[in-house]
Amino acid sequence: MTAEVNTRGSLRTRLALILTGGAAGLAVILFVVVRALSAQIAQQGQDNVLSASMSSILDSALVRDGRVSLDFPYSSLSMLTTDADDRVFYAIYEGEVLLSGYDDLTVPQGVTPDRSRFTTVAYKGEPVRLATGVRRLIGADGQRTVSVTIGQTQDALSNTLNAISRNVALLGIGFFVLATGLAVWAASFTSGQLRRLTTSVTRRGPQDLSPVSKPVPSEMVPLVGSLNTLMSRLDHTLTQSEDFIAEAAHRIRTPLATVRSHAEATLQRVDHAENRQALLSMVRAIDESSRAAGQLLDHAMVTFRAENLEKGEVDLEEVLRELVQRMSPIADMKDITLDLVAQDASVLHGDAILLQNAFRNLIDNALKYAPAETAVMIRVDGRKVTVCDGGPGFAMDEIHLLSGRFVRGKDTGHKVGSGLGLTIVQAVTTAHGGTMTLSNRPEGGACATVQF
Amino acid sequence: MRYCAILAAVIWAGLATAQGWEDRQVFGTGDAPLRVLSSTDTSFFRPIIEDFIATSPEVSVEYLVTGTADLDVLFRADPTAYDVVISSAMDLQLKLANDGFAAQLADVDHPDWAEWHDSLFAFTTEPAAIVINRAALGDLPVPRTRQDLIELMRAHPATFDGRVGTYDVRQSGLGYLFATQDARASETYWRLIEVMGRMDARLYCCSGAMIDDLIAGDLVVAYNVLGSYAEGRSETEAALTVILPSEFPTTMMRTALVSRQASDRPVAEAFLRHILALQATGDATRFPLPPLAAGDGPVIGLNPALMTYLDKMKRDTFIGEWEDAIVQDD
Repeated sequence: MTAEVNTRGSLRTRLALILTGGAAGLAVILFVVVRALSAQIAQQGQDNVLSASMSSILDSALVRDGRVSLDFPYSSLSMLTTDADDRVFYAIYEGEVLLSGYDDLTVPQGVTPDRSRFTTVAYKGEPVRLATGVRRLIGADGQRTVSVTIGQTQDALSNTLNAISRNVALLGIGFFVLATGLAVWAASFTSGQLRRLTTSVTRRGPQDLSPVSKPVPSEMVPLVGSLNTLMSRLDHTLTQSEDFIAEAAHRIRTPLATVRSHAEATLQRVDHAENRQALLSMVRAIDESSRAAGQLLDHAMVTFRAENLEKGEVDLEEVLRELVQRMSPIADMKDITLDLVAQDASVLHGDAILLQNAFRNLIDNALKYAPAETAVMIRVDGRKVTVCDGGPGFAMDEIHLLSGRFVRGKDTGHKVGSGLGLTIVQAVTTAHGGTMTLSNRPEGGACATVQF
Repeated sequence: MRYCAILAAVIWAGLATAQGWEDRQVFGTGDAPLRVLSSTDTSFFRPIIEDFIATSPEVSVEYLVTGTADLDVLFRADPTAYDVVISSAMDLQLKLANDGFAAQLADVDHPDWAEWHDSLFAFTTEPAAIVINRAALGDLPVPRTRQDLIELMRAHPATFDGRVGTYDVRQSGLGYLFATQDARASETYWRLIEVMGRMDARLYCCSGAMIDDLIAGDLVVAYNVLGSYAEGRSETEAALTVILPSEFPTTMMRTALVSRQASDRPVAEAFLRHILALQATGDATRFPLPPLAAGDGPVIGLNPALMTYLDKMKRDTFIGEWEDAIVQDD
């Protein structure tokens, strides 16, 4: 049923992508920023300890007997104890002369007494953070410059950073998962509103053109408003045209009856064979038109009522028996017998007038095509009604077209018919949730089966 | 570097010929023995090595004993020549590890306070003791603290003159460690050393020699002797009394490391792990040294502060003061 629609992209996918992409971006930014900040803080911590250690060594410097000596306390190095057992290196210089410590440690140059310097170098195959401070001592023979560089590996620091990174990564992943969940929820909630509207429109019956009455989000109001307007216009147009057809049919039928009675009266007075023949043709044409008009009216009625079924208990056998009784005179005129066989006939919950109309059309069709001296079989079996005749049967190549409007079989010859009979049957059956099938009997003759 | 290598080779060649090992023994019959450089008497390590060889018979062990200070010089001169280094001088050992001579061992199940940087592992706790020859002391009361000892020596100089002994901290790494830790803990140390100096103290390279002289009666009292050695001997020599000074004990941990340039790292690591495992059993016949004990008072901590007194200036200052106190010949 779905008509071809041009599709480009999906609102839901786009919405979900934008939101999850944003969340991923934010999570990465969160991770990078927090890690950078904590790296800075952790490095600051290490620098503080190194600075304290360096200062305590530098503070112990004094000139004794003309020589610079540093008798630094045990705590200077013990404060550098870490969980990760970081290695410690130091170098103490007086000017350019190494007083003690590691002579191959790269000491930064140009450090002034008022400002200590922090650098990271590679030493003995590991990154080492160095703190360097300088102090000027005044001895008897003038000014001496002492510099202390103390270094520490960064195992504890990187352990701390790894732990922080792990936690921040977990936080970022958690944030992302949560945001993704929210994004998916938001996307499906939004598209759910659209889907609900679609469902409510799709589920409607073919004739239901009433406006959408369920509340919709404000963003969808213009769409739903337009849809409602479109449907009400459509509904209006349809009603108008059906009214027009019914009105037209009605208007035609009455004058036709007058014309027919005049034609029959004239036929009584005319003797000339040619004229009689012309008048007979005229009566036939009038009958055909009148019948068509009647069926158009019926069809309009069926269409109208199918939307608003007036349901009641309908005994299939009773309806058919009444119809058979009413149509027996016509059948007798053509020397056709109507046989009704009922077996476990059901009581149907449906519109009696419509059902009667449908069955009458079926029997009418059978009577029209059945040759004289045959029987029309009407069989009721539970919720199934079959009408079969002894006529030529349906042409198999057009059997599927026959229920269309104004479609008539090719070999109907001079029979009067509008092509609406089976259309009406089909409409009624569908309105009652049943199916109509047409077939031919193996021994000859057409069968129409209606299964409710 | 070439100069260093040549120098090392020269030193090594000189040491190899001139080096009088205190002891040198080979266990097992393998071609390329595991070279263990140690300051611990062979008698203590024989059961440990034999136990190790029993688990891996294809391995042989060459056990080389020398003093703690010598050991440090030897190993630094040629770190490729030795696979495992065992010493009681914690400070020298820690500096070796800090300077990158020790290999890091993965997944060693060992208490955190008894290891450093996954490369230096302590496996004993041994206190420094005052050891007295009971007979030579005569009727005098047995001192319980350093202060007691100071007063006793001051009161009875005749008994103690020339008959007190302690480590020569200039020769012995362990002696230096004990001395610096004592000095860090209390001023009593300096007074004690000063009094010992006045008693014309005899200076020793090692605990073993001090105990020998105690047994021979040449010494009445020896200060800062390794408790474990003294206990081992006092069981046989009834004359010796081992006193752990009650005011503040100085307790060191014997440590071992695997050389980063060991010729056969896996075997060296296996040997070290074997020592640690034996230590943990607490079986005195398989592991004759006192095992790690956390509860018996403070132990010298394994941390970078141990390098403080190894600083050249600090060492010069300390040795200077120590000499002033104890060497009073001139």
